[in-house]
Amino acid sequence: MTDVSYVRTEMLQEKAPPVSQAGIIKWLRENMFSNIPNSILSIVALWAIYYVLSDVLPWAFKSSWNANSLGECRSAIAAAYGEGASGACWSVIHDRFLQLIFGFYPKELYWRPVLIFVLMFVAIAPVLFDGLPKKMLRFTMVYPFLAFWLLWGGSLWFPLMIIAGFVLGYLAFGVVSKMASSLVGMIAAVLVPILWWLFLSGDVATMLQSIIPLSIESVASDKFGGFMLSITIGVIGISLSLPIGIVLALGRQSDLMIVKVICVGFIEFIRGVPLITLLFVASTLLNYFMPPGTNFDLILRVIIMVTLFASAYMAEVIRGGLAALPKGQYEGADSLGLDFWQSTRLVIMPQALKISIPNIVSSFIGLFKDTTLVSIIGLLDPIGLSTNIRANMEWNGVIWELYGFIALVFWLFCFSMSRYSMYLERKLQTGH
Amino acid sequence: MKKSVFIGTLAAASVTASLAAAGTLDDVKAAGELKCGVSTGVVGFAAADANGVWGGFDVAVCRAVAAAVLGDANKIKFVPTTGKTRFTALASGEVDMLARNTTWTYSRDIDLKFDFIGVNYYDGQGFMAPKALGVASAKDLDGATVCIQTGTTTELNLADFFRANNISYEPVPIETNSEAQAQYLAGACDVFTTDASGLAATRATFENPNDHVVLPEIISKEPLGPLVRHGDNQWGDVVRWTLNALISAEELGITSANVDKLASAAGNNPEVNRMLGTEGDLGAMLGLDKSWAHRAIGVAGNYGEIFEKNIGEATPVGLARGLNAQWTNGGLIYSPPFR
Repeated sequence: MTDVSYVRTEMLQEKAPPVSQAGIIKWLRENMFSNIPNSILSIVALWAIYYVLSDVLPWAFKSSWNANSLGECRSAIAAAYGEGASGACWSVIHDRFLQLIFGFYPKELYWRPVLIFVLMFVAIAPVLFDGLPKKMLRFTMVYPFLAFWLLWGGSLWFPLMIIAGFVLGYLAFGVVSKMASSLVGMIAAVLVPILWWLFLSGDVATMLQSIIPLSIESVASDKFGGFMLSITIGVIGISLSLPIGIVLALGRQSDLMIVKVICVGFIEFIRGVPLITLLFVASTLLNYFMPPGTNFDLILRVIIMVTLFASAYMAEVIRGGLAALPKGQYEGADSLGLDFWQSTRLVIMPQALKISIPNIVSSFIGLFKDTTLVSIIGLLDPIGLSTNIRANMEWNGVIWELYGFIALVFWLFCFSMSRYSMYLERKLQTGH
Repeated sequence: MKKSVFIGTLAAASVTASLAAAGTLDDVKAAGELKCGVSTGVVGFAAADANGVWGGFDVAVCRAVAAAVLGDANKIKFVPTTGKTRFTALASGEVDMLARNTTWTYSRDIDLKFDFIGVNYYDGQGFMAPKALGVASAKDLDGATVCIQTGTTTELNLADFFRANNISYEPVPIETNSEAQAQYLAGACDVFTTDASGLAATRATFENPNDHVVLPEIISKEPLGPLVRHGDNQWGDVVRWTLNALISAEELGITSANVDKLASAAGNNPEVNRMLGTEGDLGAMLGLDKSWAHRAIGVAGNYGEIFEKNIGEATPVGLARGLNAQWTNGGLIYSPPFR
């Protein structure tokens, strides 16, 4: 052993970094108090957050959940938190929760919308996530008809006849395009189902129903309300607007003059009109055009209008994606000898849609929130229902609680859509 | 004739077309359902409860008509209408009648081609102000900020009143009644004006109703009543006389408690007998059966009972009969005789 005892033979223990360079303090210094203007802004922001929360949180938590009226709420809150305390009357949500979700849908049939809602995730899963077996897409194709049947009830033959129309169209295309050109086949594929739906299917469905009765209790549209109505209108609008939008966007770029004029005219007309105007047309004007006594379901009229509106916007969003593709992609597809449909399906659309994802999803979110406009034409969506709930003597005067709850549910839906779109963008990221 | 037809390529619609433009009464009987336009919600007048069952002062008229025509007060499809859609809903035939606190005015009656079949509530526009403001009369409101619902007759009445009294005001435009309540309570305006029935209902929801006063002035006439399409007089008569039956029933002392007994055999009041079908056959003249009025009154009682149950002084709305008392008690509620 050496006698130089002051030579250290092992390393010093690592010391913790200085307080100012680690943990929360470092983070605070770097992010909130890095210089004087930032510090001032941080303090102002913190004060603002505190100011809002110090009012909102006590209000939200000094609440009453089990009262039967606003008056009872107030006395329960006064009893629990002292005279003069003001708190939220969440009892109204507790009392009317099912109504806010399902509207006036018969209570014993609640399982139907719930089942359809759950199945919706099964149906959209193969579209959203590509790890799943492609066979699930078959269920996705049947799903709209199943949903229609379960929600509105009635005879099963009714949706089956609609499916039959598509099958007929497909067959007509096969047969006619072999006999004549594919353009004639296309026309036949459109005409045959329309003729079938307009003139034959109703009678056939009635006949089949009388031979083999397959029906469940039907529910009239006026029983629809609450979030169920918003989601029904929103989901149908969203799922139909994408394909229609794609067709319109392609039509707008088409070299066929008539197709192009029709598509441009449609898009520009619908986009030039506010949604609320279209809804008024659906609720009031259309009735004047129908023969007297015609009862064309109001919710259906609204769904059609919402879908048209969303499609026009979707078409423009997708056109943006198409325009962003380098011309070389189109030319490359042509040089491979692909025809129009092949190149669109295999080369153009996958890229254009990828570019458009953020905009597509924000259109979806916008559309879903726009469904609350139907309260203006007297449909009882969550906003309409909140007016109705307030018209009951027990709950007259409850404002913030209802709007807060509705806002929270809408936020949940829209936030999940937006997170999904971010996931999709990351997954499809091919840039370097 | 009912015929199911498919419409649309992706969405299916059931279109029920009836070819003959028969009278509304026949249509209602054939459909087995009365389509009644109501408001989307006005306290005491129309609201759906937690089970989705509609009730209220206006709804009671619908129920009485359904009972008179179809024999069942529940065979009704309630169509909620907003102030903007109500008239087209009626004109286009989406509803058979409208019982939706609608003010009877010249232009609505003549220009919009409707028939108001009577008045079920005499309302008028009033003012509410905080007690702390210290005003005793609406004429003291010079320079006040006023919360007012836009696009209604109340807006025009307000302008007329202030101009006539040569005082000024500052309007705070508001879209819905609940917004108005919130704004008024938050102090965004000094005064809140709407129909007196609405003021009473609003004041009843306040945490401290006694801190607010409804000023004595009523600045407009707002006769609210059910209406039907112009030109179908038979249907108009059915609705009119159903309302009259409810009103007469109160005058003649027919109540939900004794109507069954009075209708079982002819009594000593000939008008009661004629009304309830134990004497003569007034129902046939109307295209209904003998006991139509019996059924209409049987739903919820006479006019007075309906009033007390939905908006009367025992309810939170707490309206006094006032103008809506029977003419025998100094009010304006008056039915022509059943003869």
